[in-house]
Parts: sequence; structure tokens; C-alpha cells
Amino acid sequence: MKKPKRKRVLAIVMFLFIGFSGLNAADGVAIDSGATAWMLTSTTLVLLMIPGLAMFYGGLVRTKNVLGTIMHSFVAMGIISVLWVVVGYSMSFGKSILGGWFGWNNDYFFLKGIDTNIMEAGIPEYVFSMFQGKFAIITPALIAGAFAERVSFKAYCIFITVWSLLVYNPLCHWVWASDGFLFNLGAKGAIDFAGGTVVHISAGVSGLVAALFLGSRRGYPYQVIRPNNLVITMLGAGLLWVGWFGFNAGSSISSGLSTAQALTATQVAAAAGALSWVIIESMHQGKATALGFASGILAGLVAVTPAAGVVQPYGAFALGVIAAIVCYSAIMLKNKLGYDDSLDAFGIHGIGGITGAILLVFFIRPSWMAEAAAAAGSWTILNQLGVQAMAVAIAIAYSALMTLVIIFVLNKFVKFKSSEDDEMAGLDRAYHGERGYGMLNPN
Amino acid sequence: MKLITAIIREVQLDKVREALIQAEITRITVSRVSGHGQQRIEEMYRGQRIVPDLIPKIKIEIAVNEAFVDITIDAILRSARTNGNGSVGDGKIFITPLEECIRIRTGERGGKAI
Repeated sequence: MKKPKRKRVLAIVMFLFIGFSGLNAADGVAIDSGATAWMLTSTTLVLLMIPGLAMFYGGLVRTKNVLGTIMHSFVAMGIISVLWVVVGYSMSFGKSILGGWFGWNNDYFFLKGIDTNIMEAGIPEYVFSMFQGKFAIITPALIAGAFAERVSFKAYCIFITVWSLLVYNPLCHWVWASDGFLFNLGAKGAIDFAGGTVVHISAGVSGLVAALFLGSRRGYPYQVIRPNNLVITMLGAGLLWVGWFGFNAGSSISSGLSTAQALTATQVAAAAGALSWVIIESMHQGKATALGFASGILAGLVAVTPAAGVVQPYGAFALGVIAAIVCYSAIMLKNKLGYDDSLDAFGIHGIGGITGAILLVFFIRPSWMAEAAAAAGSWTILNQLGVQAMAVAIAIAYSALMTLVIIFVLNKFVKFKSSEDDEMAGLDRAYHGERGYGMLNPN
Repeated sequence: MKLITAIIREVQLDKVREALIQAEITRITVSRVSGHGQQRIEEMYRGQRIVPDLIPKIKIEIAVNEAFVDITIDAILRSARTNGNGSVGDGKIFITPLEECIRIRTGERGGKAI
């Protein structure tokens, strides 16, 4: 009884496979178990970044908002994972439709047509799809830092759903799909190795727009708003650093030389960023803070994200140092301007991402430039600078505009900002009916 | 001199603090406490309703000179009530005579030290 049924299912799968995905040459491509093993590991590492982010952000808010803030990251794992399997992968990596706005491929709907696909890199397409899905999860979760402690849970859930569909998927398609227009800009495309534009600039800029639209928290900036637990923030920063190896080194979609190059650049930039931050801070404020170290780690990692595939260690070191200086200044400037980007989603991810994506051109390894020159006839640093600036400008403009539209429309149906009473009571009590800790801090 | 001790709802802390600051009462001590009163509250854990036997509250202690006693009480009454006219669980205010008050830094005693 069982066998014929299984055969029939197999036949249907084969039919779907042959019928729709002639381009994904599965037959003939053998699984590269080394690459597959590393990509599985990377997928896991990137997933680990999301609880890492939850801890990083969770520790920085007040006690009454700790669970609500952690949930901003966790609920993204639920919503975006489902969305990614249903339409996200298709919108990001399908063939361009609607003039290249996003992609579509019927085979990718619910991933139904990739059951037996092996990609040219020698890894099952499932692994690639799941790996990319983790990036889709962390991006909207990053935005939450900009409007921490003051948004309704329900509105947040709707926001990240719509944002993921209308902002993340199109951007991802433009930058990473083989027929995306930024992927094909210039001689060898706009360089965004692991998500400087797609992840960090889009999240940072959207966060800034949302923070400005929603306004600041009650009492900001006159009332002191103190982190409830920097210990979990530091642990979160540590998990993010570890997870970033999957994020960057995994973005080589292989297990080889380029993986090693990306991994090394990542480590160097994170360390350089962290050290620079505490040195600047000691000189400026007199003390080297733990939060400063964590911020420096993130600034360095964010800046090297677009660059990890093309820079050598000295370039990664320079990017880490510069990112720390620029992000530190950006946060000082924010304090002067007085807008409430609560956990500095824009200050670190937006500014760090822009810094990395633009300045990486000065540190590109010669072999990459030689390949670009071979492809285009001649290709200089300035040519690539133009391409990078264009990609950054498009990412900024598109995510800012779309976020504004999404929030404006959403706000007509569901009030995005918490009511004053809910904000005072705290997100934990108002939206989740729970408390994070026993009876620690009074606030 | 009096010691005013107010037991209030956790969620009202910000409002009470702001009301006190507006009434220029800025020297306060706040702690988390728990206890029994008339009120029962329910919390949700994994979808199950739980009624904790000790209810968390906030205790505010304020040492004041006589002239400020009524100002302080009014500020707390105005800000700690919920649902407009107040509801069970809003808390209590206790007032006790304060024998002495000494500022550690200078050794000053009495009303000046408050």
C-alpha cells in the first residue's frame, strides 16, 4: 500500500521539478558535503543572532519593557519565517517581475518546487533558502531598536509583516538575485557581500523614519532612562559577534577560500571597532564602558558586512576603526538633536552600514579590481565608488519612503504608538500580561 | 516632621513621581514590596491564569516638614487613583511622626536636614 503512494508523490515532485524549474540544474550537480555542512552551520549561527539581538536590546530598556522588547525579536522569528517560506523567498530570488520591483517564481511558493534541488554551489536549495530567510528575520527585528519601549505589539506585528514584503524582499531581490538591477550595476555589481544595504542600511533608515514619525518616549530626554540589565546586553553582543561568522562567512555560499577571507575580515573589524570605541570614549568621557565596547563590536561588524568578501585584514581593520569613530559621533549628534532613536538602530546600523558600503571601495583587494577591469575594459576605484554611492542612495531613499508610507497607512487602522497609560505601565504588562524579573528595579 | 509612607500600584509609579515633582517634593525613596490587600490580580503564564498570593506594590517613603504634609498627600491622592474615581488596589498612605532627621554629610539635624 505504501510504496505506490510514495512513488506517486515522487512522480508529482519530479513533474513539478521538471515542469517549472528547468534552470535549476539538479541532475548532474552533486552535493558538496563540505559546503553544505558549513552552510547548515552558518544558517544556525545567523539564527542565533536573533536571540542575541533580543538579549542585546532587552538589556538596554527599562525593567517594565524587557519582555516586550525581547518579543520584538522573537516574534519576527515566527512571522518572517512563515512569510519567507510562503512568498518571501520567491519575491527575493524569483525572476524579476513588474519591471524588476521584486521577483516571483511559482516554484518557490511554499518552497514547493525545490524539494530535490541542488544548487550549482553544491548545496541543497533548501539550505540556501533557510540561510537567506534568517537575514529576512533579523532585519525587521533590528528596526525595533529605534522605537523601543513605545509601540503596540499588534501594530508592530503588522508593521514587520508589511515591511518585510514591501521593503526587504524587493531590496534583497535588487541586490542579491542574479537578475536584480543593483547586482548587475557597473562592472561587477554593487558590492554588498552580506547585507550592508539590504539589512543594515534599510533597517537603520527605516528605524530613523519610524522613530521620527512616532515621536519620543514619555519623559525623553529629560528623564533618565536607564538600561535594566547590561549583563544580558553584553551576552547578547557576544552572541551577535559569534553569529556574525555565519552571517558574513556564510554569505560566500561555499566552504573555501572566500569563506576564510570573509571570516578573517569579520573578526578583525569587530575587534578594531570595539577597541576604537572604548579608546574614543575614555578620551571623551573618562571611562571605558561595557556598553561602549559592545557598541564598538556592532559598529565594526556592521561596517564590514558589505565589505567582508572584498577587503583584506588591513581594510577590515580600517573599516572597524572608522565605523567606531563615525557611529560614536553620530550618537553624540543624536543626543544634541534630541530625537529618540532609543537603542541607536540608525546610529549604529544605518550609519555603520553606510560607512562600510561607501568606504569599502578604498580597500578592495587587487584581484577583485583586476576581474572588474577585465569585465568592463577598465575599472577604477572611483567607478566603483559611484556604483556603491548609487546603491546606498537607492537603499536609503527606497526604505525611507516606503517605511513612511507603511506607517502612515498602518496608523490609520491600528494605533502604532502605545497609549500613554500603556507606555507608563510598560509593554510587558500592557501587551503580554507578564513580568520579566521577580522584583528587581522599581522602574 | 512626618514620615509619609505610600503603598501604590506599580503602574502608577511614573504618574505619582511626576505629580510629586510638580509639587516640588523631590526627595523620595522608592522600593518594591509585596503584600496582601483587598485586591486580587491575575497574570498569564503560558496561557494559564495565575493569581499570585502576594501582590507586588511600590512603596514610596517621603520625610517632610509639617508645611508639606498636605501638599504631598494631595499629590499622591491625585496621581495614584485609577479609573477616575479610584478602585480597589490603589493603595494606602500612612503618616507617622518623625523623631529626628540627620544629614550625614554635614551632621545637620531636624527640619533643615530634610
